[in-house]
Amino acid sequence: MTQSNHLPLLRVEGLSKTFRMYHLDSMLHAFADISFDLHEGEFLLLKGRNGAGKSTLLRTLWRSYLPVAGHIWYQSKLGPIDLARAADVDIALLRREEIGFVTQFLNARPRVAAQDIVAEPLRLAGYAPHEALEQARHWLGEFGVRPELWRAYPSTFSGGEQQKVNLARALILPQRLLLLDEPTASLDVGARSALVRRLADLKAGGVAIVGVFHHPGDVADLIDREIDLATHPVPAESELTHVAV
Amino acid sequence: MSIDMTSAPATLLPPQLMQTEALLSMRGLSRSYGEVRALRNVDVTVYPGEVMGIVGESGSGKSTLLRMMNLEDTPDRGDYRLRLAGRDDGNLFDLGRYERRMLCAHHIGIVYQNPHLGLLMKHSSSGNVAERLLIAGERSFDVLRGKARDALDASEFPLSRMDARPAELSGGMQQRVQLAKAIALEPALLLLDEPTTGLDVSVQALVLDTLKRLQRDRQITMVLVSHDLGVIRTMADRVLVMRHGEVVEQGLADQVFQDPQHPYTQQLVHAKL
Repeated sequence: MTQSNHLPLLRVEGLSKTFRMYHLDSMLHAFADISFDLHEGEFLLLKGRNGAGKSTLLRTLWRSYLPVAGHIWYQSKLGPIDLARAADVDIALLRREEIGFVTQFLNARPRVAAQDIVAEPLRLAGYAPHEALEQARHWLGEFGVRPELWRAYPSTFSGGEQQKVNLARALILPQRLLLLDEPTASLDVGARSALVRRLADLKAGGVAIVGVFHHPGDVADLIDREIDLATHPVPAESELTHVAV
Repeated sequence: MSIDMTSAPATLLPPQLMQTEALLSMRGLSRSYGEVRALRNVDVTVYPGEVMGIVGESGSGKSTLLRMMNLEDTPDRGDYRLRLAGRDDGNLFDLGRYERRMLCAHHIGIVYQNPHLGLLMKHSSSGNVAERLLIAGERSFDVLRGKARDALDASEFPLSRMDARPAELSGGMQQRVQLAKAIALEPALLLLDEPTTGLDVSVQALVLDTLKRLQRDRQITMVLVSHDLGVIRTMADRVLVMRHGEVVEQGLADQVFQDPQHPYTQQLVHAKL
């Protein structure tokens, strides 16, 4: 494929992921030959049964997992880049400035207050500390975290409260591409609707979204397209004997 | 369907598209001590503002590599460059002893696992920090005292104890004095050799908090050696995995921990409790 200026924000081509498990002497095929385009402001839902590879695909786009074949062309502000092969330093930069990832779990850093965790992306982006803090409190409030918890450490919170902090942090700074891995899994109704409102705003602002949702009905009005990973069969687990270690 | 395993990016550094310039660049480092090959053709790149974690079992060469970065040793072969404003020193291993000392005093800070390696135990804590400033040419007592105080404060050392000798301090406090000494001149590069090994878990957490805060507030570039994967996971942006003096894998920290490519790294990650 040539890198033209007319690329969509994200063009995934023939993407495949296999885990090599040396201790079991086998290969686990997660998904194979996935292709799709995603434009600014589009919302793509990933569907499929448990284990179909939805989360694995998201993590491969985020580059926590390295694909074994295919391309992830991303139209960055600095030009097109293949996330499948980009240097780590470039991925780190894009994660700070252009691409966001929300998991169902908060990586709660010990001894850091909820409001500071949420404010951090703004501080890293150069906002004044007081402004970052003010916005952090706004979003904590929006997602229904009680003010008396804002200065507490989220590592002591319940799963649902942690997830609210996680979302507030992940969505405080609009990114160009947002990857969502079951963000509503442990949320109450109020927080779920706050999330849907925020996602609608981001989408309207041009943010492209790829998501896996436990309850896709929550975001039914936002979905532009769906990919069902169950329709992309992968080979069964296979022996590793032909791979040189 | 056949999967083309040869296209996996794996451990090779892929082409870099955004042209971020490296702060530290080491190429082809090899070092033997008698029969022992401590480093074998090691390449390392560290970018400004990041924390590079180096993991590996004892004897893997990680501390040797850190000592090379601090110019304490010279490899049999290899090239080492630091991109420092207004300087072009060429291969730093070609520098003489005095030039190395000056370069390290101004631009590289180090915290050792063993405080005895980094501190004069019978001098005051503030005196230890001031010593670094003296080497760099500072002579005014007031400036020395003020800068030492600032560095100790930034390292979250209790200023009421700045005149205490390290020998009188706990292990955690000794590490804070080492850290203050290391950052007193705002180095371009901070090297950390097992900085929390041997400390109580609660003290270890507090020292890591301090390092995190320094990294966030000052964007100090750090290279952190640890055999503790938890410490590396907490701190590092990127990870380098060493074994038998070789780099077997490197990548973004989350990738190395979640999708390790090399059999040794898989073994290492799976062995973590």
